[in-house]
Amino acid sequence: MNQILQIARRELVGFFASLMGYVLIIMFLGFSGFFTWIYGDDIFFIGEANLNIFFKVAYWSLFFFIPALTMRSLTGEIRGGTLELLLTKPITYWQLILGKFTSTIILISMALAPSVIYYISLWSIGSVDHPAIILGYIGLLMMSMSYISLGIFCSSLSDSPIIALLSTLFIGIFFHQIFETIASSSLGVMGSFFSSLSMFTHFESISRGIFDLQDFIFFFSMIFFGLYASKEILVSRNLNA
Amino acid sequence: MDIVVEHLTKRYGPQKAVDDISFTVKAGEVLGFLGPNGAGKTTTMKILSCFLLPEEGDVKIGGYSIHEHPEKIKKHIGYLPENNPLYQDMNIIDFLEFIARIHDIPKHLIEERLLDMVKVCGLEGEKHKLIRELSKGYQQRVGLAQALIHDPDILILDEPTTGLDPNQIVEIRELIKRIGKEKTVILSSHILAEVEATCDRILIINNGRVVVDGTAKEMRKQAQGSEILKVGIAGGEINDIFEKLMEIESVETVDFLDFECQILEVQSYPNMSSVKAIFDICVANNYYITELTPVETKLEDIFRELTTQ
Repeated sequence: MNQILQIARRELVGFFASLMGYVLIIMFLGFSGFFTWIYGDDIFFIGEANLNIFFKVAYWSLFFFIPALTMRSLTGEIRGGTLELLLTKPITYWQLILGKFTSTIILISMALAPSVIYYISLWSIGSVDHPAIILGYIGLLMMSMSYISLGIFCSSLSDSPIIALLSTLFIGIFFHQIFETIASSSLGVMGSFFSSLSMFTHFESISRGIFDLQDFIFFFSMIFFGLYASKEILVSRNLNA
Repeated sequence: MDIVVEHLTKRYGPQKAVDDISFTVKAGEVLGFLGPNGAGKTTTMKILSCFLLPEEGDVKIGGYSIHEHPEKIKKHIGYLPENNPLYQDMNIIDFLEFIARIHDIPKHLIEERLLDMVKVCGLEGEKHKLIRELSKGYQQRVGLAQALIHDPDILILDEPTTGLDPNQIVEIRELIKRIGKEKTVILSSHILAEVEATCDRILIINNGRVVVDGTAKEMRKQAQGSEILKVGIAGGEINDIFEKLMEIESVETVDFLDFECQILEVQSYPNMSSVKAIFDICVANNYYITELTPVETKLEDIFRELTTQ
């Protein structure tokens, strides 16, 4: 446990030392604030006391921000040779990967935290559906964790951050939009199969305030498979190289 | 802690980087790993430090196998990898603290250990600099500090003196010698003088196999076989001296090394010595000896002989 926290801590300090952390938080708040309160179908235009607009903006902006955060998580260690340094310390593969995972989800939580102000402001304007908003936040965190896990997997594949970034976006867009598009244009088993693989389906159901175990099974299996695959890739890298 | 290496084999594709290597290192021993580039030194060290897994064979460190208990082994090992990877964007103190915390060093001891390492490795003036701002020599010291910070029983150093200037090399050697009094040290190098100066025992490997295992002295003896003397004799005609020397029973060959100064090289038959006979000739003919030195085969020669077949 200590090892996971130490790795996460180092990583977080690194995020802020490289300004990446600040840029992410400022950009995320800027984007989401602008679209939630000022531009287009904003809250005042819809006239309902919910944060659906914010969740929609966050749904897309996190999709692009997360690969930018995870693209260096293992590629950097592989390229700089520090993977050897870490793995010859009393650290297991799982601890290393979970440390990377923890640091990124903490950073995402830090970016999401100030948006609680939106929630409080909304609360003061009208009567809000509290469970829906809380589940919406949980949905955002679940989605973020799924993509962080995917991002870490992609960063275990090579020593190139660009390849990690592009492959995360490429694989991610299938879950994020393409499966949804296929599902909505097909019927029966095909339709429900792709719908069950779609991040959009699961996120929307949660952010509408519906607690469904299926959604959580989807998120947790995506997180687990991403992290497990990264671990296996790292192990095989050291067996064969 | 003893290190027992048993029939280690590691392949990179079809090529065997390490081919059935076995050896033992006793606690408190300083072992030098010698070999030309690509001999398998680094691969073996990476396996010992639980970074790579071998296809065949096992390493037991303090009784634990690298296959079953790598976590236990890693706690007792300090490892300095060949290219010395460090987090370039951290400063020395933060980096060493990170490593110390990973090793579960109790919080109240961390500061003491850090200051100790900074002092031992001569980093006092630089300790708040970013690692990327350091020269190669100082980075090497940081690498050594991170390997030593948890006071490991076993130290594995892959070419610890590369990139250092002559003064630093001497300092690092002194440091390794000092550490080697208490700990088991394995270090690799292709500089023979370095291995000879710091190690109790030398292991020469070539093409993934152990070629020689012994002390520098034993290796010389083994390679030398027969006595070779550099002899300077004056007080007579050099050609007469040459003939007299050839008449000695135990002498196999005599060569002129320096005709002017009358210096010759006398090689005896294996397991025989000609020293007394040479002295007797001089007494009998009224010659006098200006020089008499046993010629030691250089370690370089042994190394070249063993690794260029």
